[in-house]
Amino acid sequence: MIANQKSILELQQHTGVNVNRCYQCGKCSAGCQLADEMDFPPSMVMHMLQTRDEELFQQLLNSKTIWLCVSCQNCIERCPMSIDIPQIMDYLREKSAGEHKINHQSRDIVAFHRAFLDSIKYTGRLYEIGLIAGYKTRTFHLTQDVKLAPKMYAKGKLPLVPEMIKGTRNIKGIFSRTKH
Amino acid sequence: MKKLGFYPGCSLKGSSSEYAQSVLAVAKAFDLELTEINDWNCCGATAAHNMNKELALSLSARILALAEKQGMTEVVVPCAACYNRLTVTQHELNKDEALKQRVSDIIEMPISGNLQILNVMQLIDKYVADRLEEKVTTPFGHKVACYYGCLLVRPHNILQFDRLEDPQSMDILMKRSGAEPIAWGFKTECCGAGFSVSRTDVVAKLSGNIVKDAADRGAEAIIVACPMCQSNLDMRRPQINEYLKQKIDIPVLYITQAIGLAVGLSPKEVGLQKHFVPVEFSEQH
Amino acid sequence: MSKIGVFICHCGENISATVDCEKVAAEAGKMEGVEFATDYKYMCSDPGQTLIKNAIKEKGLTGVVVGACSPRMHEPTFRKACAEAGLNPYLCEMSNLREHCSWVHEKNEQTTEKAIDLVKMLVEKVKKNKPLNAIKVPITKKALVIGGGIAGIQAALDIANAGQQVIMVEKEPSIGGHMSQLSETFPTLDCSQCILTPRMVEVAQHPNITLYTYAELEHLDGFIGNFKATIRLKAKSVDYKLCTGCGLCTTKCPSKKIPSEFNEGLGMRTAIYTPFPQAVPNKPVIDRANCTYYQKGKCKVCEKVCPTGAIQYDLPDQFITEDIGAVVIATGFNVLKTDFFPEYGYGKYADVLTGLQFERLASASGPTLGEIRRPSDGQIPKKIVFIACSGSRDPAKGIPYCSKICCMYTAKHAMLYQHKVHDGESYVFYMDIRAGGKNYEEFVRRAIEDDGVNYIRGRVARIYEKGGKYIVKGADTLLGSKPVEIEADMVVLATAGVSNPGAEELAQKMHVSYDAYKFFAEAHPKLKPVETNTAGIFLCGACQAPKDIPETVGMASGAAAKVIGLFSNSELTREPLIAVVNRSAPPVFSTCVGCCMCQTACPYNAIEREEIKGRDGSVIKTVAKVNPGLCQGCGTCVAFCRSKAIDMQGFSNEQMFAEVMALLNE
Repeated sequence: MIANQKSILELQQHTGVNVNRCYQCGKCSAGCQLADEMDFPPSMVMHMLQTRDEELFQQLLNSKTIWLCVSCQNCIERCPMSIDIPQIMDYLREKSAGEHKINHQSRDIVAFHRAFLDSIKYTGRLYEIGLIAGYKTRTFHLTQDVKLAPKMYAKGKLPLVPEMIKGTRNIKGIFSRTKH
Repeated sequence: MKKLGFYPGCSLKGSSSEYAQSVLAVAKAFDLELTEINDWNCCGATAAHNMNKELALSLSARILALAEKQGMTEVVVPCAACYNRLTVTQHELNKDEALKQRVSDIIEMPISGNLQILNVMQLIDKYVADRLEEKVTTPFGHKVACYYGCLLVRPHNILQFDRLEDPQSMDILMKRSGAEPIAWGFKTECCGAGFSVSRTDVVAKLSGNIVKDAADRGAEAIIVACPMCQSNLDMRRPQINEYLKQKIDIPVLYITQAIGLAVGLSPKEVGLQKHFVPVEFSEQH
Repeated sequence: MSKIGVFICHCGENISATVDCEKVAAEAGKMEGVEFATDYKYMCSDPGQTLIKNAIKEKGLTGVVVGACSPRMHEPTFRKACAEAGLNPYLCEMSNLREHCSWVHEKNEQTTEKAIDLVKMLVEKVKKNKPLNAIKVPITKKALVIGGGIAGIQAALDIANAGQQVIMVEKEPSIGGHMSQLSETFPTLDCSQCILTPRMVEVAQHPNITLYTYAELEHLDGFIGNFKATIRLKAKSVDYKLCTGCGLCTTKCPSKKIPSEFNEGLGMRTAIYTPFPQAVPNKPVIDRANCTYYQKGKCKVCEKVCPTGAIQYDLPDQFITEDIGAVVIATGFNVLKTDFFPEYGYGKYADVLTGLQFERLASASGPTLGEIRRPSDGQIPKKIVFIACSGSRDPAKGIPYCSKICCMYTAKHAMLYQHKVHDGESYVFYMDIRAGGKNYEEFVRRAIEDDGVNYIRGRVARIYEKGGKYIVKGADTLLGSKPVEIEADMVVLATAGVSNPGAEELAQKMHVSYDAYKFFAEAHPKLKPVETNTAGIFLCGACQAPKDIPETVGMASGAAAKVIGLFSNSELTREPLIAVVNRSAPPVFSTCVGCCMCQTACPYNAIEREEIKGRDGSVIKTVAKVNPGLCQGCGTCVAFCRSKAIDMQGFSNEQMFAEVMALLNE
């Protein structure tokens, strides 16, 4: 085991969470709707952080868990110690993306997020056709939901032309000023 | 006529246009005038929140700043996801002055952080509740499962909306509209949220559990107040039914659609034709 | 002319490591009025004390200053030594060179300088000291025990068996407390009622015990040895002198649908009722809030059927006053109810129970006569889940502390269930099993190994009902936090032990401290566990913190021993460090103008008005007077007095100013 205080100290600084407060009751994992899909359920994540083991920390950055967390907040709301696990997940996600350690099987999820952000970066609002197109080019899931789109269009749920806001320059500015 | 600010959000302009339509129709029926925030942008939703926290805060902050600049004090935000993002952002900025300054610099707009952000239940409760029952002409006489999802009730200490587990506000409004809300087990469980496209299998499972519990307990409709929940439960029904190995055809209505019908609006006026699972009720009720 | 002796202690190295003790003694020797000054390694030791005694005798000292540790530690030691040498003990003062100087500073010149200053202040003070005499107060040898659960019963019997008088006050219609509700007790599984009821009867029949049930303490005045208690006897609406306890009224009462407190709402009782068949006294009271006659003005069935004419509807609450010498608080605890838990259904599920409710189900005297049946439909649950730490160790929504008893009673519950439902499955969700205690761990192992109870390490996130089953969603942290789902027929929450709702109010009535959770506070967590910080008031049992029966009984006997010890003297000695109002010769009598601001300021009600009368009996002047028995010497009155008529013995203004001037006249 390679103990590394630094990763945990940084995490604690950014999130304000003292990982030692978790006493491993498992209530977060019990209530987590995605725990079954995760490689490490939330209480395991907490314990892995508590060990200060750098190898385990790297495993977390490379985990499916952080991308499967939907930030539904059930864990923190029921946590007897009010530990902000969603905040930890946010931190680990940003770090994972920043250090290019995104889990291979979670790439679709990240691709979707990126396509989503690309869409609003240029128009200010979400352009659903653009989002799907962007997602498909990123993932090559070219045939997914091909039958759905025409139905949506028929029901007036899929505008063909993007809505451009006037402040697109402002939006682009926001994107560039928040780029890490 | 009471005038309020209005933030529709992207979904209400696209895939959930019937939600916008029914919100505006109900507002009109109760003499409320909703004015859209001029030049609003996307709140960033889960994507921004997951990828870049500062970006998420800034996108939402721009919306708040615009509303303030346009002289609004109360803003109605029907989309639960947008409601959550805007409320949480305002809270985060208010509790940290340095952060507020930084975000204000990023969006190049001042922000004071004193907007009243209302979801539709709060809107109805605040401005319509005492007139609701007298306006009901065709009671919504069906058993309904009110589904709140995550974003309306959590984080509880920030949103301060209803109680954390087994919330009641939607049930109360539906009851006043003539419906029979049922007690069930999945009111605040997650539907799979933003995984609709990237992990449809997860959505089928989580939403499937929700739809099944509602159906098992005899609900004739599921009532929601979130476009993401609605599209997962409605548009993804084929995948849900495949996961459940069962054909469940109970429709998923926005609360404003149900109330709209109760106060005499036509199915078309509240956009029922736009649903994937047809909104039909058997004649026994 | 003063002849002061100064004695500087090294306290081993506690003081001498940073303070130059020899120099302090030498400098003290040069101070005005100091006759003798020296230093020694351990002044509190026998040779050290002899040093002081000899100096007093040989040098004819008129005052002593000991520069050593805190007066809380050794002031009694040195004052006693002075008294033995013939000096009035209140002419001895201590300068705290350890806590106030050597322990908090580095070794250097200034530290020694400060020590010299501290000694100098006390030298100047002691010059102004006056000889004082200890106050003697008589003791009323009668104890008040508040609460008639096992703690109160044990304390009362111990005190009464030592030959002292006891008054027991119990707010319910019967004594017995929570222990009378329990089924069987860990770790021996003996029947709770079987071991308790003989003691309840003993209390009722004991010649030294006066029992007031359906009664509460209204008011407590006075001080150790001399309390005055006002007790409210709530109207029972039944004359107990006439009532024979035949029970006819309770069988005929038409209001039968009142949830029984004794059965934790799982059974019903009537409006006129005795809480349970073995109640002591076994006579009924009328619950006026639920009685048809009191609410609607009609009924009176109980009066009609009563063969002795004991029903008295117009009986009001009565108040009695008792002189007592000591109080034992034994008011017990409470448990959170199921409606406290949002994620476990806010109390809306009929078959989600508290541990105390399960006790009633398992008890032979309970609503199901000891059969485990679901309150909702009377079915025997085939799958049962116990959830430990429900509200305990939960700073977010419940209480942060461990309720201590739940691990054991949960093991007992699961065991009882397995003994009663042979084909049943039981699951316990736990985080840690805390089974410290004689035969406790063995008991839990027995539940797991012999009775086959399934222990799952993890907490439950939520429960919801579906098709008559309760879906329990937990996790198994020993299987990598894998989610676990159990379809249970019944769920029992080991709900947190909390303080009684009335505890805070009672504590305030008695001027007794309590903690953040409204549990009564002991005077010292280790060395004074049964004392409160108010002299003469003791505590025992779960009113101090949740605890089990053996611990409660031990503590109750401890509190009783303290009371018996107090009562073994006929008089009580108190420190004379109290406020006094000055008195002088006529025609002034006192500088007190009788404004009595001090009276309103006094937190102990120790100040009264006194009329100074002439020979003809006419009132010449009204002045304030301090009751020496009540005064605690806090000094609030001194600060309030506008005419400087009131002063503190041992800490007079003159003495305080002398100390301050000693510092300023450098």
